[in-house]
Amino acid sequence: MTAHATTYGIPHRKMAMWVFIGSECMFFGSLIATYLAYEGRSLTGPYPSEILNIPVTSVSTFVLLMSSLAMVLALDAVQRADRRQSALWLLGVMLLGATFLGFQVFEFTHFYGEGLSLEQNLFGATFFVLTGFHGAHVTVGVIWMTTLLVLLLLGKLPPERSLDVEVAGLYWHFVDVVWIVIFTVVYLIQ
Amino acid sequence: MTARAEHHSLYGGGPLSWLTTVDHKRIGVLYGVTALLYFVVGGFEAILIRLQLASPESTVLGAESFNQMFTMHGTTMVFLVLMPLAAALFNFMVPLMIGARDVAFPRLNAFSYWTFLFGSILLNLSLFIGQAPDAGWFGYANLTSKQFSPGMGIDFWVLSLLVMGVASLAAGVNFVVTILNMRAPGMSLMRMPLFVWMALIVQILILLAFPAITVGLVFLLFDRFFGTHFYIPAAGATPLLWQHLFWIFGHPEVYILILPSFGIVSEVLPSFARKPLFGAPFVIFSGILIAFLGFGVWSHHMFASGLGPVPDTAFSLATMLIAIPTGVKIFNWIATLWNGHIVYRTPLYFAVGMVALFIIGGLSGIMHSSPPIDLQQTDTYFVVAHLHYVFFGGTVFGLFAGIYYWWPKITGRLLGERLGTLHFWLMMVGMNLTFFPMHFLGMDGMPRRIYTYAPDMGWDDWNLAATVGAFVIALSVLVFYVNAVKSARSGAPAGPDPWDAATLEWTTSSPPPEYNFAITPVVNSARPFWLHKYGPTRAISTRTREEGTPPQPDAPVETIDLPSPSWWPLVASAGLGILMGGALVGLGVVLLGAAILVVGVFAWALQPLERPGHPAFGPGAPA
Repeated sequence: MTAHATTYGIPHRKMAMWVFIGSECMFFGSLIATYLAYEGRSLTGPYPSEILNIPVTSVSTFVLLMSSLAMVLALDAVQRADRRQSALWLLGVMLLGATFLGFQVFEFTHFYGEGLSLEQNLFGATFFVLTGFHGAHVTVGVIWMTTLLVLLLLGKLPPERSLDVEVAGLYWHFVDVVWIVIFTVVYLIQ
Repeated sequence: MTARAEHHSLYGGGPLSWLTTVDHKRIGVLYGVTALLYFVVGGFEAILIRLQLASPESTVLGAESFNQMFTMHGTTMVFLVLMPLAAALFNFMVPLMIGARDVAFPRLNAFSYWTFLFGSILLNLSLFIGQAPDAGWFGYANLTSKQFSPGMGIDFWVLSLLVMGVASLAAGVNFVVTILNMRAPGMSLMRMPLFVWMALIVQILILLAFPAITVGLVFLLFDRFFGTHFYIPAAGATPLLWQHLFWIFGHPEVYILILPSFGIVSEVLPSFARKPLFGAPFVIFSGILIAFLGFGVWSHHMFASGLGPVPDTAFSLATMLIAIPTGVKIFNWIATLWNGHIVYRTPLYFAVGMVALFIIGGLSGIMHSSPPIDLQQTDTYFVVAHLHYVFFGGTVFGLFAGIYYWWPKITGRLLGERLGTLHFWLMMVGMNLTFFPMHFLGMDGMPRRIYTYAPDMGWDDWNLAATVGAFVIALSVLVFYVNAVKSARSGAPAGPDPWDAATLEWTTSSPPPEYNFAITPVVNSARPFWLHKYGPTRAISTRTREEGTPPQPDAPVETIDLPSPSWWPLVASAGLGILMGGALVGLGVVLLGAAILVVGVFAWALQPLERPGHPAFGPGAPA
């Protein structure tokens, strides 16, 4: 495959994911900056301090961070052609991601019940749009992991194709890192 | 997919083959044709605006239609003409100029085009229901709120810009990877043609700037569809948030529009002055500096909003700094012409015209960098004059230089020189007649975006002159289209290298074969083709990629893998378009669009990319 040698020796898809992540930084950066700019400007409640539950979200944060560990192990297993471990850890990433989403669904429903909605105040609007977009990214990631798992079970994910997992992993880790920033900005620094 | 693997010419194959094409050259042609069609639409809108303003208290258009026309004119020209026209040249030329067979992600490239097309159609559908967007091309909040814009116009605007943003971002990723990672062996970054450099910078700007407007548009979408208050002061929000998000995108966007022209001029001037670009590394680094500083000047669009003395000073200084790299470029272009053996052909006229007109637009831009002067000029026709000297004098002239320069490569035929010269002079006269008087009107206090004015303001003559000028521009564009059609029908064959140019795209036939290069070139100069033609040794080596393998005339050269045509990018784009457009119809359509999108993406991801080696270049085939 000499015709596919790349200038920097980095596969196109891997470089593309890094470039895309650069763009995504500006996307989440704009959302987070808006959250910060509007912090404390809500004219009516509920206000963040009344409603945010740090212990519960710490648990879901832990779950999401552990999914990154599973992701690393999954890639390693695919590269070693260890199908059992690959399936196990891909399933792990998927389930941990889904658990995080479950927490988010719970949190959103709970907040909505407490009177926080998109229309209620600026906190509601900025909070739901910021964390909602992050949740959408996690959802895409979970679907991606599911697809990889199906491919693996069909025997279509040999070590030569481990780049598929590596690129998905880059995306997944990025989504995790963004959550660390969001968790810090929204929950920890009020 | 071996069935269609026959060697076919660029314009062969049925119409269906254009729907499934992943060839960067065909996608470039699609972008170009689409943009030139929208150029007529946007130009027609401009003519209507100028007809309304030709005389005081005119009734050609009502106030409402006038607002729709200037909004659609601005949005169309920026997003549907200038950006896709640059994209057309990027698509066609960048892989050829770096010695590649295609872009890094050919199907993503097709997806970008179709997504752009569906987004642009969505925008223009608003005209047919008589509710075109009417809040200006920068759609300031809170004029765009449900309260002040209850119609569907702004909804069309938001949704279509979001769709086209996806197209731009996908193309951005694609071209950054292509340029960084697919250069021919030996083509180091500093040997890369200037046009490719500017393409790289433009794509990085797109990647970093478009997310900001995407977020701004998402907020507006939520405000209008889901009842949030991101831009509603009554809820404690500030409409300035939109201005910041828009201009963090909007100022880099200005460079997204002008840098392709800078790249074109940096290719055209050396070819027609018969000497290398003067100080090429300075031109490259100036481009990088312009792009970098471009992210730190957005608030100079907002001096009138009262940011306070410290931000005003900072943004004013940063803006003035940009004059330095821009000036460097202009002096380099002039120095390139200096002592050159100048060949007077249409591409050169447009390139020189671009430099001259851009200097005028640049100088009025420096005026705006001073807050007190800016406050006098904000929202007057002086700004309209400035931005048209930059966008029309700079971008359009530069793009026409590129069109006349590369047309022979793209079509295989030459454009007529006499019609080309006529086009240039008409456009030069028309452009200055239209936009120069706007400086005077603006100085005299005529606000932009008013649909009429009183007869005793003293603005009649200059407005009439501007309207006459607009018709001269329209005539010049007509001359271009006539020239294009004549060339396509009966133009003289161009041959591979009509301008005796220096870069790799001229080493292929015109139009190039589907695979661009039979043998991947090996480059050892910034001007490989000149060195090849005039240097002591043949500079474009025909070695295969393994170092040290001597060329063996009879040996199999290299296998050419070309991507298979695919329907799925088109399907995915259609799904995205239906999803977003469906927001104006109902949830059912949104879900249908989402389903099509998901099917398209999965089928695309699971379809193998490459078809086997090109039969024309199997083992033993002639090199």
